[in-house]
Amino acid sequence: MLRRTLLLGLCRGPLGRGLGTHRGGSILGKVEGRGGYRGSWMAPSSSSVTFRTQDPAHDVKTVGRLGGGDRDGKMSEIKKKIQSILPGGDWNPLYDTSYLPPEGSDVVIVGGGVLGLSVAYWLKKLEKPRGAIRVLVVERDHTYSRASTVLSVGGIRQQFSVPENVQLSLFSVDFLRNINEYLAVADDPPLDIQFNPSGYLLLASEKGAAIMENNVKEGAKVCLMSPEQLRNKFPWINTEGVALASYGMEHEGWFDPWCLLQGLRRKVQSMGVLFCRGEVTRFVSSSNLMKTASGEEVNLKRIHEVHVKIDQSLEYQPVECAIVVNAAGAWSGQVAELAGIGNGPPGTLQGTKLPVELRKRYVYLWHCPQGPGLETPFVIDPSGTYFRREGLGHNYLGGCSPTEEEEPDPGNLEVDHDFFQDRVWPPLAQRVPAFETLKVRSAWAGYYDYNTFDQNGVVGPHPLVINMYFATGFSGHGLQQAPAVGRAVAEMVLEGHFQTINLSSFLFSRFYSGEKVQEHNII
Amino acid sequence: MAAPKASLHLVAPVWNGGTRGIGGLSRVVAPEGNQKKGRSLLQFLADRFYDVEALRDHLLRKQVSKVHQKNRPFNHINQRYGPYVAGAYFILKQGGAVRFQGREWIRPNQRGHFSLDFLKLQAVPVEAVDASGCAINYQGLDSLLALKELQSLWLQRCPHVDDWCLSRLHPLASSLQELSLAGCPRVSERGLACLHHLWNLRRLDISDLPAVSSPGLTRILVEEMLPSCEVLGADWAQGLKLGPEEQPRDTAGPTPA
Repeated sequence: MLRRTLLLGLCRGPLGRGLGTHRGGSILGKVEGRGGYRGSWMAPSSSSVTFRTQDPAHDVKTVGRLGGGDRDGKMSEIKKKIQSILPGGDWNPLYDTSYLPPEGSDVVIVGGGVLGLSVAYWLKKLEKPRGAIRVLVVERDHTYSRASTVLSVGGIRQQFSVPENVQLSLFSVDFLRNINEYLAVADDPPLDIQFNPSGYLLLASEKGAAIMENNVKEGAKVCLMSPEQLRNKFPWINTEGVALASYGMEHEGWFDPWCLLQGLRRKVQSMGVLFCRGEVTRFVSSSNLMKTASGEEVNLKRIHEVHVKIDQSLEYQPVECAIVVNAAGAWSGQVAELAGIGNGPPGTLQGTKLPVELRKRYVYLWHCPQGPGLETPFVIDPSGTYFRREGLGHNYLGGCSPTEEEEPDPGNLEVDHDFFQDRVWPPLAQRVPAFETLKVRSAWAGYYDYNTFDQNGVVGPHPLVINMYFATGFSGHGLQQAPAVGRAVAEMVLEGHFQTINLSSFLFSRFYSGEKVQEHNII
Repeated sequence: MAAPKASLHLVAPVWNGGTRGIGGLSRVVAPEGNQKKGRSLLQFLADRFYDVEALRDHLLRKQVSKVHQKNRPFNHINQRYGPYVAGAYFILKQGGAVRFQGREWIRPNQRGHFSLDFLKLQAVPVEAVDASGCAINYQGLDSLLALKELQSLWLQRCPHVDDWCLSRLHPLASSLQELSLAGCPRVSERGLACLHHLWNLRRLDISDLPAVSSPGLTRILVEEMLPSCEVLGADWAQGLKLGPEEQPRDTAGPTPA
């Protein structure tokens, strides 16, 4: 035995070696005789390897000592094949289907941005018992090149006129502060969302001053300042035309949305949520004619299947589902049309479309060495122009929302630099005289999931398509409310009603009944 | 970019016997090599056994809840003796030191015991707090913010003081004259930006902050932000690559390395 081993060791022996483990390698799968060892393939430190299959029906494939580099490629292929055949591997005897979504899933979330991932996270966190629900997130753009989340300026504030918005934002700030407790994944480094707690400064002219005073709501740590106090605190501001300013002292600022997205993605994957790279093209639903209490006949629809078309291919996979969550952001209107929402005579509940559409917004980055210092908050001018500091090098980010008439074509994400010259720079230079000399470094465009009805989000189920839930339409403040909205939708799905924050004024039915929840502080 | 922080590893306290004291803190934050050996064993086992994974998660959660427990508010003391005594008790319990107006420093001894004489000083404001090395966090600041006449606050080397905590300090703006944040591993330049609320500040120590990306430039910006304050920090040239072959391309402002 020893002699044979030595012979094999010295020269590359024939494949006829006896079975046995080899130092430096390990045995695939479970080790016989040592129960309870959840073995895994350890990459051997040396290039010598021995392994065997567990299936006694096949010929025992043993390989002796290998040293050759030319065989390593083939060896790793054979290793992978054998590992996939063994139990626990994802071997499909006919063809590889790893890119397809599962054939059935309890919840299908359309859209993998921050809202969709937040819903997935809270569904997995609040479900009882653990592992009860299978969640699938369908996202067609895995690079997030056009997603609103990552193109966002990343601000978070509590200065809203609607009290529910303030509560949503307060919880989200709490979530961001304790993000490493919520989104901790073992053995991964802690998240650093780079939060700048510099606060928001909203300026109001004479007209808006009264509304601003009313808007200071419960829970928000906001202090109102006169123009005199404003000049003392921030000498670089020109207070001409400003009657009142509200300055958020705590819980307001801006952060890195990409980091939040990645943190959510990582945590959600560790909790067992499935991801699919594809596009939802069809909903297969069934309808039931029901009678309301007053005798009126109503057609209730229920979505049974979601057809997910794979990227760059004609192939699609029908996924049976119980619940569909529409978190598609700027494209939620199109997804809702697929479900048949809005197919009906106008003026009825069947004919009420989801009023969320794409709106393009520009963000410009400029450099101004004499600009405001480190203490600059996120400043919002009465004209709608906003800016904030970026980093330590006197760089600033800012922009302006165009009026209805000037809305750019949302077909692409090209940036219009004339817009900066005509609409953004003059009010900026008027408000901060140091900005008269600045140099635009770069610019980008992103989409708002703009709710044309009242610029506030839509949360909760549709009254007719009973298993479609919305988490969209936030018109530019979706990122800062995402954790709280995700929790609200998860509560609605799991319990049937809102438990922590009551968002019943954000339901879809307000579009039919005409009750606007108008948010005044939209930038 | 910000310096990489030590991962949320359980191993340091378990294998190195706790982080009591300043020496213990440096053991947690600094030596990667020592941590890696113990860490890989625990990780190896946790990757293979569900029970070890659950044990590790449980121990991590216990660590977190220990910090929460240390930072709980002493409401009963507050109601009975007032906010000054409650704040002083909180700091002394954490291992820091307190000075009442017109008195000497009160410190706990080696074993963490301190005399309760200060319970009579209900109406005497607290002037100085030395919370160096204490595990004070965002919640724990509640007790400190009630000390309205606080003039001097030392938060050197506190492991849980971060940018969020700094944004909470603005209620002390009218009285706080001296603040020290030297050596806090989680404070970055973003938190330093909200120190401009403290208009009465005369001395600020921001030296040795590992999470600040450009210490020299940050110090200059903080000095500009707080004109009447003496800022102790990194030398302005630190972080700048100077040399005859390396000319800063952008002459508009100092570009940090």
